[in-house]
Amino acid sequence: MTLDARAVVARVLAQVAPEAELDQVDAGADLRTELDLDSIDFLNLIEGLKEETGVDVPESDYAEVRSLNGLVAYLVARAA
Amino acid sequence: MPSLGADMDEGTLVEWLVAPGDRVHRGEVVAVVDTAKSAIEVEVFQDGVVEELLVRPGTTVPVGAPLARLTDGAAETAEAPAESPASPPATEALPAEAALGGPVVTSPIVRHLAHEQGVELADVRGTGPQGAITRADVEARAESRSTGRAVQGTVRPASSPLARRRAAELGVDLAGVRGSGPDGAVTVADVEAATGAAPAGTGPAAGAVPVTRASAATKALAMREAIGALMARSKREIPHYYLSTTVDLSAALARLRSDNATRSVSERVLPAALLLKATAVAVRSVPEVNGFYVDGAFRPSAGVHLGVAIALRGGGLVAPAIHDADTLTLEELMAALKDLVARARAGRLRGSEMADPTITVTNLGDQGVEAVHGVIYPPQVALVGFGKVVERPWAVDGLLGVRPLLTATLAADHRVTDGHRGGLFLAAVEALLQRPEEL
Repeated sequence: MTLDARAVVARVLAQVAPEAELDQVDAGADLRTELDLDSIDFLNLIEGLKEETGVDVPESDYAEVRSLNGLVAYLVARAA
Repeated sequence: MPSLGADMDEGTLVEWLVAPGDRVHRGEVVAVVDTAKSAIEVEVFQDGVVEELLVRPGTTVPVGAPLARLTDGAAETAEAPAESPASPPATEALPAEAALGGPVVTSPIVRHLAHEQGVELADVRGTGPQGAITRADVEARAESRSTGRAVQGTVRPASSPLARRRAAELGVDLAGVRGSGPDGAVTVADVEAATGAAPAGTGPAAGAVPVTRASAATKALAMREAIGALMARSKREIPHYYLSTTVDLSAALARLRSDNATRSVSERVLPAALLLKATAVAVRSVPEVNGFYVDGAFRPSAGVHLGVAIALRGGGLVAPAIHDADTLTLEELMAALKDLVARARAGRLRGSEMADPTITVTNLGDQGVEAVHGVIYPPQVALVGFGKVVERPWAVDGLLGVRPLLTATLAADHRVTDGHRGGLFLAAVEALLQRPEEL
């Protein structure tokens, strides 16, 4: 069973940044820039994703999850 | 109605969290109040039992108006001074033009004194600069007031800050204007109708906007106006000077990286928390940057209540305080920062957080700028700014390398310090960031 990672990201983002519109995002661009997330927002996103999926993204992997595509791929690859 | 920041002159009671008969303790959140900036949780300043709620939800009252009456819980009904100030005799009512003069901003210290003395600031005529209320004014008022009972309601027609400013511009006496807003509040349209003036075409803040609807646009406008008024006051009154220094963050970031690698995501510490801690601790070596300038003198603060400028979604910002930030561990400070940001954006800040920051930090690193030269929040005397971390060539001990660098700035008040002391403070911040293990 594959994780619907994009839906999970959308759900967590709705709490972190309620006005964020994931459909408007360039999925290959830097997510923080696209959604004007600050470092605390981004930490909250990573924290929320860990709660939802069990995947903990260490800081050393932040480069891999910069874009929406990268984040979704990261979650799919690591979720049990 | 407590003053929740120097830019607030009235508030709307949104919700009571206590009822008559409830026992309350100092520091307990008892009500939610809406200001131009956000909804704020109001704490009670003393222990007691709620006897009567004087203001109904939805009502807007000026700063200083009693919200509720407390007793000490004993059989006799004691007048709780903070919550039941005496009513002004009619002959001492505020002249209309005084009420029109815009917010008479008072220092937290004066507000605190007024609170202790049970003096309603709305009843006090200020003799300080620009009509500011001084300690002496409050003391004189406390002595001269009559023995009247606590009163409910406002001492002037309810009106929006925008309407008051427009009235001041047009020379309209608000007392003679019939309000068409909620609960008879006077709106900009009412003021303009009273003079037959066309809506002002100059500047986006004036006229034209229907202030009777509490739309998001109106809220944003009210916040922009509040920020603008406070910052204009700062630039008018405070002789700012600006300093800037470049900080090598290699050691600080390396420490965070290694600590965070062993932490679960919920315990990770961001560089922002480290910068706050360094600022709070540096205050110890140059205490003149921490406190308030009131009544022509600097009053240092014993505690470091670090204001944190937080951008709100949809525009605007608030700068609530993390109390005693210098005594918190880095982990505690990080938790406090996350909590504060979440509550600021959800509109659930507490009154004490809004009212008493003693020095403020603004961090625009996430917005991608390298330096910020800030505007001081009166009556504070300093504002520390941090930009983004950038990798740049940097020489250390004669060797060139690529280092993560940060520009730290200080805007400070020349009435209190000069560039020498300010420079020592910024140098202390920098030195602390070179020894992150001590933070």
